Amino acid sequence: MSSKTVQQLDRVVIRFAGDSGDGMQLTGDRFTSETAALGNDLSTLPNFPAEIRAPQGTLPGVSSFQLHFADHDVMTPGDAPDVLVAMNPAALKANLADVPRGAVIIANTDEFSSRNLAKVGYAANPLDDGSLDSWHVHPVALTSITVEALAEFDGLTRKEKERAKNMFALGLLSWLYHRPTTGTEAFLTKKFGAQPEILAANLAALKAGWNYGETTEDFAVSYKIAPAPMPRGTYRNITGNVALAYGMVAAAHKAQLPLVLGSYPITPASDILHTLSALKRYNVTTMQAEDEIAGVGIALGAAFGGAIGLTTTSGPGLALKAETIGLAVSLELPLVVVDVQRGGPSTGLPTKTEQSDLLQAMFGRNGESPVAVIAPRSPVDCFDAAFEAVRIATTYRTPVIILSDGYLANGSEPWAVPSTEGLPDLRVSYASEPNAVDDKGKPVFRPFLRDPETLARPWAVPGTPGLEHRIGGIEKADVTGDISYDPDNHEKMTRLRAGKIAGIAKSIAPLEVDDPSGEAEVLVLGWGSTYGPIAAAVRAVRNTGTKVATAHLRHLNPFPANTGEVLRAYKRVIVPEMNTGQLALLLRAAYLVDIQSHTSVRGLPFTTVELADVVVRALEDLS
Amino acid sequence: MTALETVELGLPTTIGTGLAHIPHLASDAPAQTKKDFTSDQEVRWCPGCGDYIILAAVQGFLPELGLRKENIVFVSGIGCSSRFPYYLDTYGLHSIHGRAPAIATGLATSREDLSVWVVTGDGDALSIGGNHLIHALRRNVNMTILLFNNKIYGLTKGQYSPTSEEGKITKSTPMGSVDHPFNPVSLALGAEATFVARTMDNDRKHLVEVLKAAASHRGTALVEIYQNCPIFNDGAFDLIKDRTQQEARLVHLEAGEPVQVGSVEERRTLVRGDNGELFFVPAAEATPDRVIRHDPYAADPSQAFAISRLDGPDMTHVPMGIFRSVDRPTYDDRVRAQVQAATDTAGGPATDDDLDALLRGRDTWNVG
Ligand SMILES: Cc1ncc(C[n+]2csc(CCOP(=O)(O)OP(=O)(O)O)c2C)c(N)n1
Ligand code: SF4
Ligand SMILES: [Mg+2]
Repeated sequence: MSSKTVQQLDRVVIRFAGDSGDGMQLTGDRFTSETAALGNDLSTLPNFPAEIRAPQGTLPGVSSFQLHFADHDVMTPGDAPDVLVAMNPAALKANLADVPRGAVIIANTDEFSSRNLAKVGYAANPLDDGSLDSWHVHPVALTSITVEALAEFDGLTRKEKERAKNMFALGLLSWLYHRPTTGTEAFLTKKFGAQPEILAANLAALKAGWNYGETTEDFAVSYKIAPAPMPRGTYRNITGNVALAYGMVAAAHKAQLPLVLGSYPITPASDILHTLSALKRYNVTTMQAEDEIAGVGIALGAAFGGAIGLTTTSGPGLALKAETIGLAVSLELPLVVVDVQRGGPSTGLPTKTEQSDLLQAMFGRNGESPVAVIAPRSPVDCFDAAFEAVRIATTYRTPVIILSDGYLANGSEPWAVPSTEGLPDLRVSYASEPNAVDDKGKPVFRPFLRDPETLARPWAVPGTPGLEHRIGGIEKADVTGDISYDPDNHEKMTRLRAGKIAGIAKSIAPLEVDDPSGEAEVLVLGWGSTYGPIAAAVRAVRNTGTKVATAHLRHLNPFPANTGEVLRAYKRVIVPEMNTGQLALLLRAAYLVDIQSHTSVRGLPFTTVELADVVVRALEDLS
Repeated sequence: MTALETVELGLPTTIGTGLAHIPHLASDAPAQTKKDFTSDQEVRWCPGCGDYIILAAVQGFLPELGLRKENIVFVSGIGCSSRFPYYLDTYGLHSIHGRAPAIATGLATSREDLSVWVVTGDGDALSIGGNHLIHALRRNVNMTILLFNNKIYGLTKGQYSPTSEEGKITKSTPMGSVDHPFNPVSLALGAEATFVARTMDNDRKHLVEVLKAAASHRGTALVEIYQNCPIFNDGAFDLIKDRTQQEARLVHLEAGEPVQVGSVEERRTLVRGDNGELFFVPAAEATPDRVIRHDPYAADPSQAFAISRLDGPDMTHVPMGIFRSVDRPTYDDRVRAQVQAATDTAGGPATDDDLDALLRGRDTWNVG
């Protein structure tokens, strides 16, 4: 081991940034794995362009991966990097504004050619012109040192050798932060098993990066971050999309029903389709449909047949699915719809995060067509949200929309893996026999005779003798389900459907408020992926000795029964959202309370500093 | 970019048995009758609507399949014709405009034990639902699609449809339609449908024959049924219904037989010209090597397609019968086979332990 100074840190934020073709996502992923294996708590934020390969070396082509890890629990991917790895001038230019003065910049000098500098509008080389004097810059000739380290690999072209530079960077960072590289070695062995020379080159580059840190004088100090105290358990790192897919599989398994996904590819939801497509052996059927309408149609058809029907999409796809979701409302069949939100309107910002589909989920259908809406709060929570969606859908025979978002979908964090046995039992029973008698005393099946407790109608699947019935989107008579245009019946059915959804509140926990002293005057209320930034901001404010309460909504429709009470208990309620105030609108309408709506639509999660500042200013306002 | 791999699917498929894996009545069970398939709902089509005759034919024919009726499902879209499921005492789903093929795909793929039928109209199937229709056909999902073609939008009170003739005057085309129509049979053949047929509401015997063949086809069977709408497009098919004109116009397709039209005295036979074009000549003038024999089982759909093109807005020649009936592995069989193969390879249905293994993944660490 090195004889250099080792310094202990409690937290670090690293951002790897480079060209789309530089392998920054992979580098970030590997560093994350190494970090998870060390037992640090962590949170990640990939940020990549919508274009698959924008022109090399340009600003639109910059792809980055940020990782926050610590010896304590981590709530967000971190506001600002302590270390920026910039693989080219574009990466430096695109990210410098986020990097505080005094932070470390590791720059690949080989790429700072006059041509590349010109491409992004640098008149002079920022590595030499003094403009970076306030930062701690490590100029490293990453590309040429990698190529040199691979000199003996005769079978590889210079280009192929250059491509291993991300492994060199990973090796260097791994040395700098005392990360073990065995996991990455195993990973590379699996990935390049069939190409022994490429494998050897990548392993050599990784090693060279490590050795570079250890030997050059430029890096005098290396850092250790102790493992975070975490509850006992077996942990893994997981992204929101994978957690969501696994949650659906686990829920269907616990319901003892097949899972049927109908989906059409769309960023940032496609990974759920990919993940589930590989899980056929868990009684999962996936169908890539011709469009989003067919995707939800397939899911609904499967639900009619008794399966857990699932469709996954993003905002534009949810718009297309609206009419079919309305049909599911009318048919009163279970259906799970996942919307991984991205920036809108229209195509918007496909790879950036936003929470702007809440109102679409709530109201984006014709007629009075309420559905249950829930949102996960963190990547790991996507698993539990999927479980809850299946519970609500099957218990109440209703569509449930899960509002995830791009940040949750691609972000990752450690997950204490649950045991299947300990997960809630979600078994449901289909209708198996007539549930009424007609006027002649003959047993008959009434498809719209409801359970008095849940108001759910029976789930009678084709193949069940004696329960043959017809359902459709035309208004149905209460109980019999026959076509009905009767005014009073429509009034009644509309209110029954609404009452059924409202009644879900009886089955969910009250909104829990975190207000340790019980004396706070300001409540910060969030939903979905703002959980991490809000929790971090609240913690920061409390560290200054100030009292502030926080609460987070999992259920957006219906709200927990005590929501109004909670809102009224505080002088000021701040609702931060990555939209222009959609939850605030709903809360004001439902409870006639004032809300301080704090919003942002920059395609990025809130920073801790920003939210902490909002809270502090609100407190000043009140005093 | 690297080229993606393809694999030989090589999975078991059930060929030619559309009703395989669907529970049949026990041999000693009392025979079903039309009444068993008639629901208690009042039928609400206009008097004289062709839909009535088709309904009666279907109700009368379903018992012949010998299926348990709880295993039959009718899925429809929106339109007059799409009310069909309400009148049948089977499972039924009256869905939304154009989407029935998609919904039926989900149902048929997830439930091998169901006989799935789609009922749709010319607007439902070919306008709003055109995309779902062609994709169902190319996938070859095991289901039967009954396309009621009245060449008009009935339910919305008489606008032209994608099968209406050019120049047709309707409420939305007071100066005549400038839309070029689809020929549903040509469209289906172009989408590589494995079973395509055409029949007519008033020819019950032919209708039932075609339905029977469609039901026993494994894959998507598309049956176009000419249906009269006496309210908004009355007489659309009179030229081929009128006994005096019928013979000269209707081309009855029989497998293995020459394609002919006309009375015995005036019989004309379809032949292939020097440039591959098809045309009718007096039967006596048809040289044997040029005579077209109908082959619905041919792998190549070109001849069936050419026959479908004999049809035109003036109905000079209207082919009727089964244009194409070929075997191709079905989408649903293959989807199920992949799930089965994955399950078998993994050693059987997933247990709690298997799920635990999935959730843990390959990269875990322990705390405490
Ligand atoms: C989304 C949507 N758009 C439009 C309609 C109105 N609509 C109902 S049926 C129909 C046309 C039906 O024509 P066709 O499929 O030929 O059925 P027919 O009534 O002729 O049997 C239209 C346009 C609708 N129900 N839903
Ligand atoms: S409008 Fe035409 S198609 Fe519709 S029910 Fe009346 S006659 Fe039949
Ligand atoms: Mg029509």
